[in-house]
Amino acid sequence: MTTFLGFPTAPKGVGHLRTVQPFPVAARQALGDAQLRRNIGAATATIRAKRANVTAELPDWEALRSAGQAVKASAMRSLDRCLVELESQVQARGGTVHWARDADEANRIMTGLVAATGAREVVKVKSMVTDEIGLNEALAAAGITAHETDLAELIVQLGHDRPSHILVPAIHRNRAEIREIFLHEMADVDPALTDDPHALAEAARVYLRRRFLTARVGISGANFAIAETGTLCVVESEGNGRMCLTLPDTLITVMGIEKVLPSWNDLGVFLQLLPRSSTGERMNPYTSMWTGVTPGDGPQHFHLVLLDNGRTAALADQTGRQALHCIRCSACMNVCPVYERTGGHAYGSVYPGPIGAIISPQLTGVEDNATLPFASSLCGACADVCPVKIDIPSVLVHLRARHVEEVRRTHRKPSAEAISMAAASWVMADPRRYSAALRSARIGRALGRGGRIRLLPPPLSRWTSARDAPVPPAQTFRDWWRTEHGDTP
Amino acid sequence: MSARDEVLARIRAALADDGQANGHRGGHSGGDGSAPGYRTQGDLTGEPLLDLLADRLTDYRAVVRRTTEAELGAAVGAALEQRGVRRVVLPPSLSLPGLPAGVEAVTDDGLSPQDLDTVDGVLTGAAVAIAETGTIVLDGSPDQGRRAISLVPDYHLCIVRAAQVVEQVPEGVARLAARAHCPLTWISGPSATSDIELKRVEGVHGPRTLEVILVGA
Repeated sequence: MTTFLGFPTAPKGVGHLRTVQPFPVAARQALGDAQLRRNIGAATATIRAKRANVTAELPDWEALRSAGQAVKASAMRSLDRCLVELESQVQARGGTVHWARDADEANRIMTGLVAATGAREVVKVKSMVTDEIGLNEALAAAGITAHETDLAELIVQLGHDRPSHILVPAIHRNRAEIREIFLHEMADVDPALTDDPHALAEAARVYLRRRFLTARVGISGANFAIAETGTLCVVESEGNGRMCLTLPDTLITVMGIEKVLPSWNDLGVFLQLLPRSSTGERMNPYTSMWTGVTPGDGPQHFHLVLLDNGRTAALADQTGRQALHCIRCSACMNVCPVYERTGGHAYGSVYPGPIGAIISPQLTGVEDNATLPFASSLCGACADVCPVKIDIPSVLVHLRARHVEEVRRTHRKPSAEAISMAAASWVMADPRRYSAALRSARIGRALGRGGRIRLLPPPLSRWTSARDAPVPPAQTFRDWWRTEHGDTP
Repeated sequence: MSARDEVLARIRAALADDGQANGHRGGHSGGDGSAPGYRTQGDLTGEPLLDLLADRLTDYRAVVRRTTEAELGAAVGAALEQRGVRRVVLPPSLSLPGLPAGVEAVTDDGLSPQDLDTVDGVLTGAAVAIAETGTIVLDGSPDQGRRAISLVPDYHLCIVRAAQVVEQVPEGVARLAARAHCPLTWISGPSATSDIELKRVEGVHGPRTLEVILVGA
């Protein structure tokens, strides 16, 4: 339980990994937004059905999941060798490899690379990791404008908003809201623009076309990187990725170190798992793969930035480590009853939903995201759909324990959880104490209304701060037994 | 200490308590010689395999035309004519019986993105096609050209031959192993987005029409 102590986590003050307010507070606000709940409910229901159809189509889906899990576990166990091999393959093909300890260092490297080209603007492929490290803000501070080119990221950027889902960052917006944003923010947009999704996609095409054709620098993340061959892989739908990866003269790719896969053939597994789990398609429209630089084809300058930013801290935790297996498909948030009701913003981090609740606290250190491991009912739906079989509920419970342990260690006093557990254990250890406690709990009936108690006195108030407690029955089972059968146990 | 050395040192320290850290290496298969457990080889061959590819391509809104080697020239001509293409970009070496009269072939001698934006379409071959997912893979060979030519024009006409078709994704990946260092573009239908209420809309930034000419054995 102490091995991960001492590993640097993602620094404060940069990027988007930390909750601004505790999850229960943010969730309560989000729950008050009926439109948001309707938008997210409709969208997640659609994607759940699509995913279920295309995964049922494959007779070997479970075998693929097991293979995905095994490949990722093996990549983590040999992560140092995989990265060194990736580096040498990329270099052998004319690419340059940079290493970044954290978000600040990655931002410094990438801002410097863009500035060296003289470009004042860049086009970006949708990338979670650039959002994690706050790259757009770092570029802006250096006077460089970053244009998001994924439709949903564009909606978020033009709406001066935050992403709320890792696959569909604008999932919280419906078509009418998107039309309003385009009318307001896109110069030269046709004022007769309708809210038909085809018309909105066409408006985005026209708006971005000139930027693509004149872009000098492209920035991307990576879905996979193959150590054996040095090949980078980006999976997308719209063609904005191909534009950014192909047309500029300079390409800068940043990836978390956990994205590396050992061998080429691993793609045969992951290119089945990812599209079917994320957009619910047999295959996404476009997947681009490139290795270093190809003379006469695409960018002639390629930089790869390998980012830690708290990942090695997660790696050091043998239970928590599996969060690094995540391929960012978003299937877990689409099935999560908590995510479906609160949406992604309540999680405060770029990684929302069940997977975010185990990734964000590990990247920042649990105490900086202490409420996230508790943002779950532990129903297990996320683990059932995870394409690489991450046992999210077990990691959530493990991180809760780490939080309790951390509070005990730093405050040199038992936490509220520890006090209530110790009290419960004392009460339950003795039949007489237990009977008395159950009877006194009936006093709680006075607090309840409609069979629910919304607020219990401390320390039990910690329980009812996020959930209601049922009102205890008027007669306990043990009292009833005694009435019916006398005092014999 | 350099960032590289420091990150590698952190990884080694993180794995230090890990009994198996120095054991298993490599992917799911091959490393220990055991079978991977999922399908790596399809059952279909011949016409049924091409039927599956055609079905899956159509399902994702690609246009499919079936023909034979002898009729290929006529099929290409018919496709270009029907689409109303006047100027079409060709990769450096695509063996074709000839284009129909009135269609200008624009050879790619390093056309700028702006130049490419003015042509009506592009005609390429392919490296591999995967039937189960309706996927075509381009690898930049001389009959396919560099990536930009099949990206900027709004219409992509692609010739796929029976010998290039495999059934499943792992078969396609295995076939491409020797081409892993080439720029690869996997194409499954025309560009699309699901970003608005998760409704699929075909046609965003890449070619909005993908037409495949499937050449039987």
